[in-house]
Order: sequence, then structure tokens, then C-alpha cells
Amino acid sequence: MSTKMFGARIKRNIDPQLLIGEGSFVDDIPLAGALHVAFVRSPFARAKIKSISTEFAEQHPGVAAVYTCDNIGALDLELPQLIPHPCMDSPRTQRPLARGDVYYVGQTVAMVVAVDRYTAEDAAALVDVDYDPLPVEIDLEKAILDGAPLVHPTHPNNIAADLVQISGDPDSAIAGAEHVTKIRVQVDRSTAAPMECRAVAATFDKVMGELTVWDSTQGPIAIRGGLASIFNIDEDKVRVIAPHVGGGFGQKVLLFYPDELLVPFAAMQLGRPVKFIEDRRENFIGSSQERTQIHEIELYAKKNGEVIALVDRFLHDTGAFIPYGIAVAQVASTSIAGPYRIPNIRVEFKAVYTPTVVVTPYRGCGRPQANFAIERAMDKLAEELGLDRFEVRRRNLIADHEFPYLRKGLLFADGLPVSLDSGQYHKALQLLTEKLAPEEFAVQQKAARGAGRYLGLGLSFYVEGTGLGPYEGGHIKIHPITGKVYVNTGLTSQGQGHDTVFAQIVADQLGVAVTDVILVEGDTKAFDWGVATFASRAAVVSGNAIHKSALIVRKKTLAAAANMLEVSADDLELRDGAAWVKGSNRSVSLAAIATATNPLRYAFNESAKAATQFAPASKHDGPPLAEGQHPGLEATDYYSPPSATWAYGVHGAIVEVDPEICAIKIKRYVCIHDCGNMINPTIVEGQVMGGIAQGIGGAMYERIEYDTEGNLINANFVDFLVPYATEIPPIEILHLETPTPLNPLGVKGVGEAGCIPVAAVIASAVEDALRPLTHEHFYHVPITPSAIHAALKKAAPAN
Amino acid sequence: MKPPPFEYCAPRSLKDAVELLAADPSAMVLAGGQSLIPALNMRFAAPSRLIDIQHVEGLKGVVIEGGNIIVRAMTRHRELELNDEVFRANPLIRETMAHVAHVPIRNRGTVVGSLCHADAAAEMPSILLVTDGSVVTESPRGRREIPAADFFQFHMTTSREPDEIVVEAHFPVLPQGAGWAFEEFTRRHGDYAIAAVAAIVTRAGATDVVSLSACGVASRPIRLTVCEQIFAAQGFTDASFKAAGEAAKEYVTAPDDIHATNDYRRDLLASLVVRAVEKALTRSR
Ligand SMILES: Cc1cc2nc3c(=O)[nH]c(=O)nc-3n(C[C@H](O)[C@H](O)[C@H](O)COP(=O)(O)OP(=O)(O)OC[C@H]3O[C@@H](n4cnc5c(N)ncnc54)[C@H](O)[C@@H]3O)c2cc1C
Repeated sequence: MSTKMFGARIKRNIDPQLLIGEGSFVDDIPLAGALHVAFVRSPFARAKIKSISTEFAEQHPGVAAVYTCDNIGALDLELPQLIPHPCMDSPRTQRPLARGDVYYVGQTVAMVVAVDRYTAEDAAALVDVDYDPLPVEIDLEKAILDGAPLVHPTHPNNIAADLVQISGDPDSAIAGAEHVTKIRVQVDRSTAAPMECRAVAATFDKVMGELTVWDSTQGPIAIRGGLASIFNIDEDKVRVIAPHVGGGFGQKVLLFYPDELLVPFAAMQLGRPVKFIEDRRENFIGSSQERTQIHEIELYAKKNGEVIALVDRFLHDTGAFIPYGIAVAQVASTSIAGPYRIPNIRVEFKAVYTPTVVVTPYRGCGRPQANFAIERAMDKLAEELGLDRFEVRRRNLIADHEFPYLRKGLLFADGLPVSLDSGQYHKALQLLTEKLAPEEFAVQQKAARGAGRYLGLGLSFYVEGTGLGPYEGGHIKIHPITGKVYVNTGLTSQGQGHDTVFAQIVADQLGVAVTDVILVEGDTKAFDWGVATFASRAAVVSGNAIHKSALIVRKKTLAAAANMLEVSADDLELRDGAAWVKGSNRSVSLAAIATATNPLRYAFNESAKAATQFAPASKHDGPPLAEGQHPGLEATDYYSPPSATWAYGVHGAIVEVDPEICAIKIKRYVCIHDCGNMINPTIVEGQVMGGIAQGIGGAMYERIEYDTEGNLINANFVDFLVPYATEIPPIEILHLETPTPLNPLGVKGVGEAGCIPVAAVIASAVEDALRPLTHEHFYHVPITPSAIHAALKKAAPAN
Repeated sequence: MKPPPFEYCAPRSLKDAVELLAADPSAMVLAGGQSLIPALNMRFAAPSRLIDIQHVEGLKGVVIEGGNIIVRAMTRHRELELNDEVFRANPLIRETMAHVAHVPIRNRGTVVGSLCHADAAAEMPSILLVTDGSVVTESPRGRREIPAADFFQFHMTTSREPDEIVVEAHFPVLPQGAGWAFEEFTRRHGDYAIAAVAAIVTRAGATDVVSLSACGVASRPIRLTVCEQIFAAQGFTDASFKAAGEAAKEYVTAPDDIHATNDYRRDLLASLVVRAVEKALTRSR
């Protein structure tokens, strides 16, 4: 067991259980006699509610209750605005059940609770709502014009927030520029589409006054806090459990969705367990989405390609409400200069209300949009200056010795200035160059064109601020009976493999097998300090907290073992689940040490004999537990990052475009990636590949389609095209490991990385492939066959 | 996404199935359920009664008889696809079926169900059409045979009467030496066609006969008669391919939708016609 586990490619602890179908998701929690919920949702994007009649629904056999805004007591409120920011003027949030107005198709208007979901849906159809539809404007650019229909009469031009950030002195730099490149780019709306839709179940124990909620959330601690405050009960009387969760990607970090309050409310009111299992259509029309942004970006450069200033103005679609504040737009605006020095920046965004599903972070959180803007602009700059696309990047990348690289004036999502902490950007680009060999490729490309085939190469470099605070904690305890190590933290897992990577961190400190470390998360009764899983932060924030706790437990273990073995702690090593006197076969197991550090009255088993008050593992006079000493081998510690730590990478691809049928085939996809020290490369690769698959979705397939009336017309998997495995090419991944100086483990986040640069890579490659046929640029994703067709119909280049 | 209430019947004999269907004007036949169950769950369909025909005697299996591949109602897509005799008799079928959804869906969905469902972008209806096949129905009025050309009326609408059960589909065997091809474009593997073309080239002495059908481009699967005539009149020349491609465009009536513009579909269909005929030609003897 002396091999280091940190950094090892080991299989995920959780997989056997999940793969044989023994996972336990919210819908699998057995709740005898549970009632089921169905919602009545608005069929209009914007309307006044004239009346709601629930009479027939209430009389329907099997219905327990029908709720509207009039009979939900304290829940008839505007939901909290979670992340305040001064650039938002009286931000608007949704009510659990609509009162007076509806603001998007899918908004919850009434809730039916019945013996089963079938009956609940039958009865929901009997709720009669009389609407007075209002005009709407779905188009983001038209929505801000004078006279456009307003989502909220309180917000002229539908502007939810307006923020300008400046770094350096852009005006002077612009005056000295020799060249300017301007482009407009657009990324369309998508949705996370987790395999498990959202789900909430609740039961209330009247005798104990305890509310238990199972919620497929990414943030149970926050949910608990909110429930306790809204229902005005002590936090300790509310337990929120996120059991196995089938994907989240940010969609499940928003709180509150109406059901997260209404289901517990109904359980308390009706005295029976209540369940809401969201179906796929509801996930499309009721759970948050992300991506639409329109950027107008300008690069001011010298003739040699050095970019001296960047100006970006963008519109950000925030949907009908803004509960999560400006997080997405803020991350986009502060990531806009990517890995480049660009010392002078002016970036302005307007967040715009549209009568559509609410926008909150989806894996990537604004970064894919910012990346698409800057990277497409870098390609254009290269084209205009007659430079190679690799070379123009090389001339602008931050050099190794320039870290930390501060962008004063740009405040990231943690409220702190952007400071790129570490990296080897040039080396990464060099690796990609070696992998794709652009010069050799140019020869092949030329030969292929001669044969009527169109190959193209594309690339994109990205950075990702990861590991946001405020903090996370970790509690570690060595179990006295089995010697297994229990690790509790306040996160949740949606399939990332926390149980394996955290076990690897602990295994190294305590000398136990990875499979003997048991992670408990997603349960406020197990650990209730912390924030949630999002923003590529689990490994950075919880990982370091757990590492710190493990160091304390290690020290305690060594001290106790030294007493038991009567040697100095320096002469001990922890391995194979025991403390060993170095160079001997004398040892004592962790279970025995854990038992012996807990002074006992009753010798209930063999090893407990050693722990009765007459044989404590600590040598001191006085009481069995010395002053300041705690029983057992356990510790809790916390980690609070000083600021985000910036991961980065560069992706490249070779595609073939068939101009007759307008099909794109990705022939090679290469990813060079650096997330600092890797705890488990296999898991890193899984995260990266999953991200790339989602990125390919965004680049070529996935687009949420609203018609002009605000109906979401592809709210299903037939028409919302999530790529299948058959659409994802083999992906070549190369790692760099530049440890961050910001945290003890030297790790950076990786959860979102993969998806960030893909759209720019594909657009760059398609453009390159079709260069002989069209001068059109690909500044809008997803790139559909129809878009390629339209580009080819525009005049072909003269030569 | 839960179906409204319905009565479920699982008759064992065709006679019972026909009676059950005739007795309830809002009853529906349930075959493999791959289209009907989603429609029920989304409450697009609300039949009062479902007549599950999977246990009905005599509705399983495939036979080749009298120049026809006779596909009985409960034959799953996958059975037909993997049947080697069918492949020898009409290789166009296997080539096409690889494009129908995905293996798990083909394991349950039936060929006849697909014909009855009659999605305008579904592949198998266009094969029935290009081969001049037919379906056979059973109702209280007895049996009747409906040629493919009369069967498909509109997107998800056929000339089947509400009280008729389709018991068989007849796909003609390809003539000796005929070449075949199925060319499709979808955005993802296994999706319904954005456009697809089925081609059969039969070399009959000096006269070559080209049969062409398309799906995904109009309100139902269509025969590309004008293109067929161009090849019949002009043979296979650069000019005839070009003319046939141009002629094909006129068959595209599908308006712009979220997956394709009308303009793109027109050019796409033209390319697919050329590719399909070229391929079929190289396979013909
Ligand atoms: C994810 C997915 C992807 C798919 N992709 C494709 C695709 O790319 N191409 C494609 O063609 N199809 C596709 N399908 C549909 C699939 O081919 C279905 O199997 C087929 O459309 C219906 O066959 P079924 O046996 O499942 O019929 P059912 O769903 O049971 O019935 C379909 C309809 O036909 C009627 N019906 C069925 N049998 C009879 C009968 N004997 N007599 C009278 N009426 C009858 C039913 O009443 C119903 O209206 C897809 C399905 C899914 C779920």
C-alpha cells in the first residue's frame, strides 16, 4: 500500500452499483402511501390570469388536494434572489404558483396532489384557467428596442442588468492600434438535459416535528436553509438528502424550483409523503436553461498581431426571471480575454428578460459563449493580417513567467479580480501543433481538395476559472470496528466520482485501501456546513478540506499508535490499514487504534478490552481523556480558497465537410488540457470527454427552439438533438500538470472544461474546410446543415 | 407523461381482434408500441381501448411466396432486417432498415406498425412504395389489399379504415440483377430522415427501369416519377443525372422546419437522388 493513490488511474468506486441498476434515485426511495404531484402549467408565454377554477379537479376521484396561489399560505411569495449584485435594479423572481400573471410557457399555475401520477395528470387537465394573452417578443435584439412588449412592466426595454467592466486603459490603447477586427457572434440556447430529470419527495413526522426531503439537487444544504427559513423551523428539524442524482450540469443547483417548496408544504399539510417526479417535457419547459448570448467583439491590434485592446458588448438572455443573478453573464464577461495578455479591456453586457424558461448556469456557465467570441475573433484577426492561426495565438499567449496574471477591474463570479494563477500556455499550444501537424495537414488538405473533398482544421484555446469559494469542509473518522474510514462532506455527486477521488486523497494520508474509504455526501444529517457542487469546485474546495482533515487524523493516529507501540511517531508508517514500526513486523491496526483512543467502560469485543479506562491509548496522568483531547480518530477541517484557480487547455480538430449534403464529419479531435495535479487521470478524462460531447452538442446539434409566440417547439428528444454516442468521435487527450500555488493539493477544477472551446473549434474547422467554396464565416452555433447550405449559396470566392 | 385511462384487451384470435376493434370507434391497435406508447404518454392520443395484437395467432413471421416477401403484422423490424432469405430476395430492405431508429427500438417496433403509423419521414413506407408493394387488411367486411400508392395519404394518415387491422405487408422480391440503394441524410444516426431516397435499377435488355421514392420531403412518402422518366428516356448520362436532380427538387413540399430549410432540402434531395441512382447502377447487372 505504499504506492501513491493520488494521481493513480483507478476505477470508480461507485460504478458497479450504478451499472447493475442498484443506484437509489429519488424515485427509488420507498415511501409507503405517497401521494403524487402534477402541475398545471401556463400555455402562454405572457398572459394575465383572469380566473382559476379547481372545482372539477378537486372532485376527481383520487385527488387529495389542489393548490393555487390562494391556498399555499406563506409560500405565496416571490422566490429569493440568490446572488445579489448592484447592477440589477429590483431583480424579478418567480412565485411558486402564478398570481395574476404568467411569464413563460411552462410556468407553474396550480398543483394537483393525487393517489398516483396518472390520476394527478387526469385531474390537472380539469383545472380551468382563464387567460388573457399578452404580446411577446422572443428575439433578444428586438426585445431591447423601444416599444417592444415588456416581460415585466417594471423593466423598460426588458433590461434586467447592465454592467460595464474595464481593465487597463482601453481608450488610449485603441487610439494607438494599427488594426481592428470586429465580428458579431451568437450562441443559441441549450439545456442540460440530465438523464434523470428533477425530483423531490418529502415526508413530515408530526411527532418529532421533523421534515425530511429527498431532492435531486446539487445543493442540499442551501435547500435546507431555505426550507427552514420559509417554514420557520429550526434547521436541525429539516433534513435534505440528495441520493444518487442522474446528472445535474448546473440545472439542479438553482433553488428554489416551485416543487422544492410545494412538495414539502403538501407533505406537511396532508400528513402523507408526497412525491414529484419531473417528466422530460417538464424538464424542457420548467427547468432552467442557458447559452443565448450575442457578442459584438472588437480586437485592437498591432500589425504583428499583438492585441492591445479588446472591446466586447453583449446581450445575455436571462429568461423570464433572474433568480441566479448575473452569474452567467459575469463569468462570460470576465473570461472574454481568454489566455491572452490583452492588457486593456472594456466589456459591457445587458442581461435581457425574455418570456422564456429561466436562465441559470449550465456546464460552462458563460465561458463557451465568451470563448466563441474571442477565439473566432482571433481567427478573423489572423485572416485579416495574413497570419497563421497558431501564430497569432502564440504572439498573444501569457508566458509562464508572467503568472500570476492580474486583470485588475474585472471581477469574477467570486467577487474577486481575475488573476490567472499558473500555466504553461505556450507548451500546450506546442503540443497541439505537434499532434495536428498543421503544415503536413495543409498538404493533405490541398490533395483532398483536388479530389473534391473538403478537409479543415480548427482550434480554440480556453481558460476556466474554477474552484470558487466560499468554502467546503470535510469530516473524517476512522471506524473503530472495521477500520474503515468515513469521509463526510457537504457536497453532492451527480456522477462525477467524488467517492473515488476523495478516497484517493485520504488513502495516501491514512495508509488504507481506496475501497476502505467511504464517502458520505448529499445528506444534511451527515455534514451540514458547506455550499454545493457547481463551478468545477468539488476537487479544489472539498478536496483540499478533506486533505486538511486527513492530515489531522493522520497525526492523531500516529500519536496514538506511538503510545500503543511504545515508539516515537517518527518511527511509524501508516500502510495496509495499520500503523507499522518501520523496518519491523510490529503493527497495530487502525481499527484497534481507533478503538483504543476511545476510553470505554464496557469491553464489548476483543479490541475494546484494550480501550477500557484502564488501558487508554494516551499516556498521561489524570482522567482517561486528557484536557483538550477528543475520543476516537476523527477531525473536521475546512478549506476556503483565496480566489478562483484557472485551468486551461487547447483543443483542435480535423473535420471533413461534404458540401453537397452539408454534413460535418469530425475526423480527429485532440484535447490538450491542464487542471493542475490530477487526482485520478481516468476521472479527469471522463469529465473532459463528457464536456466535449456536450460541446459537440452545442456546436452542431442542440438548440432550444421557441416560436414567435414563445412556445418551446422542440421540448422532446426527437427534436432537441442531443448527440448520440454515434455522433461523438474518438477523442485524444494529452495532459499537462501545472500545480496551482493557490491550494495545498495543487489542483484545479475540471468539471466544465471540456465543453468550453468546442463550438469555436468546429466553426474554425468548418470555415477552413469550405474556404475554396465560400468566404462566409461561421459565427453562429449550432452550425446546422441548413446554415452550411446557406453559406455555400452565397457567392463563392472568385479564384 | 402518463397515458389517460384506457381499456386494455389482448385477444388471441384475429376474429376477436377484429370484433373488438369494430365494436369501439375510438379503439386503437397496439403493435410494438414504439410510436403509440410515446403518443399516449404525451396525451397526443387518447383511445378508449387498446387492442394489443402481439398474442394474436397467425400474425407472426415472414414468408416468401409468389414473388412477395409477406411480412405479417407482428414481425419486428429486427426480424426482417436479419432474415437472410429476405436479404437475398430484396437486399434493399436490410440496407434501409439500418436507418430505422436504433437496435433496441427495432427489436420491439414492427414493420407493419411503421407502415400504419405512416410518418412522412419514415423509411419503410418509402420502400413499400418504391417496390410497388401493398398491405392486406382484415375487417368485419373481410379482407382487402391496398397498393402502397393508395395506402399512404398524408403524414400519419393512411387509407386504412378505422375498423381495419393490417395483417400483412407485401414487399415484392427484386428482379434478377436489379441494383438497389438507399441514401439518407439525418442529423443524428438513427433519426427520421431529413430526406432519403430509395432507388432500384432494373436492367431489362436495352431498357433500364429506374424506380425512385423519397421520404422526409413531403407530406407523405412519394414516388419521384419525373426523375424515373428522365432516366428512362435519357439513360445514365451526366445530363440525365443533372436533370433528374433538378426535377427531384420540385417534389420537396416540406416547408422550413427546425431541422432543415426548404431550400436546403431541395438541394439535399437532388444530391441523394444522384447518389442513390449511381450506387444502384453499380450494383445492377
Ligand atoms: C427513439 C425512436 C426513434 C425512431 N426512429 C425511427 C426512424 O428513424 N424511422 C422510422 O421509420 N421509425 C422510427 N421510429 C418508430 C419505429 O419505427 C416504430 O416501431 C414504428 O413507427 C411503429 O411500429 P410499432 O410496432 O412500434 O407500432 P405501434 O407504436 O404499436 O403503433 C403505431 C401506430 O400504428 C397502428 N398500428 C400498428 N400496427 C397496426 C396494425 N397491424 N393494423 C392497424 N394499425 C396498426 C397503431 O394503432 C398506431 O397508431 C422511432 C421510434 C423511436 C421510439
